[in-house]
Amino acid sequence: MNTESSPVFLQVENLQKSFGGVRALKGLSFKVVPGIIKAIIGPNGAGKTTLFNVITGIFPPNDGAIALNGKFIEGCQAREIARLGVSRTFQNVEVFGRMTVLENVMVGRHIQSRAGIISTGLRLLGMRQEERQIRESAMHHLAFVGLENRTTELAGNLPLGEQKLLEVARALATDPKILLLDEPAGGLNTRETEGLAALIHRILEQGITVVLVEHDMNLVMDISDEIMVMNFGEKIAEGKPKQIKNDPLVIEAYLGEEVDYSDL
Amino acid sequence: MRSSNRKALFGLTLFLILFPVVAMNVSAIGHYLDVMIFVGIYCLINMGLSLLMGYAGQISLGHAAFFGLGAYTSGILCTKLSMSPWLAMIAGVGITALVAYIVGVPSLKLKGHYLAMATLGFGVIVHIFFNEEVSLTGGPSGFSDIPGLSILGFSLDNDLSYYILVWSLVVLTLIFSLNVIHSRIGRALRSLHDSQVAADAMGVETSRYKVMIFVLSAMYASIAGSLYTHYVGFLSPSSFDLFLSIKLVMMVVVGGMHNIWGALLGTWLLTFLGNEWLHVFHDFDILVYGAILLAVVMFLPDGLVHLVPRVSRVWKRG
Repeated sequence: MNTESSPVFLQVENLQKSFGGVRALKGLSFKVVPGIIKAIIGPNGAGKTTLFNVITGIFPPNDGAIALNGKFIEGCQAREIARLGVSRTFQNVEVFGRMTVLENVMVGRHIQSRAGIISTGLRLLGMRQEERQIRESAMHHLAFVGLENRTTELAGNLPLGEQKLLEVARALATDPKILLLDEPAGGLNTRETEGLAALIHRILEQGITVVLVEHDMNLVMDISDEIMVMNFGEKIAEGKPKQIKNDPLVIEAYLGEEVDYSDL
Repeated sequence: MRSSNRKALFGLTLFLILFPVVAMNVSAIGHYLDVMIFVGIYCLINMGLSLLMGYAGQISLGHAAFFGLGAYTSGILCTKLSMSPWLAMIAGVGITALVAYIVGVPSLKLKGHYLAMATLGFGVIVHIFFNEEVSLTGGPSGFSDIPGLSILGFSLDNDLSYYILVWSLVVLTLIFSLNVIHSRIGRALRSLHDSQVAADAMGVETSRYKVMIFVLSAMYASIAGSLYTHYVGFLSPSSFDLFLSIKLVMMVVVGGMHNIWGALLGTWLLTFLGNEWLHVFHDFDILVYGAILLAVVMFLPDGLVHLVPRVSRVWKRG
């Protein structure tokens, strides 16, 4: 795909975030064009999850700009950003453990529904229709990730792999334009990871841009259109999988320490 | 509505119909109808508290104040302005909702103990207001001669008619609350409990719903206050003090705050224990009461309502 001529969907400029004395993001800039799978990789502590948390409004940046479709969103609340079409999953799964699988995904439909306290309390006609739509849509998204047989189980009782799929279904239920996946393959076995790769491709086919943070290099090299490499809160490389594989800075970031140890 | 709720609602209705039949025919418990009216009034408040504590995850030690605001608004408007009791009740709900909104917006930004302290402080302020605004509230000695209620010219002046009114309102409020719980609003509230960060990421307007439920629970308490006023016919500040707020929270916790049925169960049990059954212990009743509370909190931290599925399992097996 020729990414040069496509419109920019998500643009991050000079993003900075510190926690006390720790500078987690040191002036990061990058772009995401629509309709691609972009992977963000880097050693532990490189600032990848912090980047996701700042983009989705969990905490505000100290400096820099984030533009979504040309609209600046840095410093907006998480719920506002969700309404602009950004959805996500979490590295340490954050399913609603004491709610059923179906209810989890129904919460994902929250921003696409509007019944207030009066119409829900009195179960007015409009609310009942909306409730039926919420349920149907949630079922559709559960079937999309392959959890349609688990609807009545408590989400907290699912194995990790299925909880991760549930998070994807819940995020998709918000009708996002861009989906941020934080280590979707973490803790999955080989077979589950293969299924995940196919799922991510199907998400892309729905017209949803995918940005993922991931440690599984096989998966990343296999599915990504573009890769950005981070280390110590900075971008050290960006490009197509082939370019990244052979980038000396990337090799150093990943293997540098081990080389040093072998020298001793 | 879910089938388990439908069954429980059916059971409750059956109990409510049979109760006066039994109570009025057994002279030893003839006055139970009167106790049940108070149970119903407290149930109205506690359903709101259950929504607030068990579903929205917020605590309030100021609900006696909302109860009092409803009661005093009804009492004052009916005696001083001779307003129709039903209009006064609606006015009370409006005033209480407004006050709850003004108190709720800033204080619901607080969490845990701090929110408890803020609502407690609010309750104390309102109590002082009832005590000191003598020209309006009658001060510490209160005021009396509050007219009773009537519907379409039919005066609700005996216990049975008042029992029917109060418990009809309880059942309607219960259905309304259950509907809210099993809707997008209820799901949004429950999601906050399990993962605030994920709820935010799903676009749930956390703070808006907390305020909404706080206001709703205050409105329930206000209706309860108006019903109390017209039943008792007399108001004084001591009925709306901090101790009542604590007692209400206790009822909800003992019954099981994560389930609105628990609020009903806890209210019913603690009201009957405190007003009736523990009197056999004379001066020691408060000790036994305390021991029961302690036992429930220690051995059934999720509340008495969690005994129900266990009991029904044993029942089916046996």
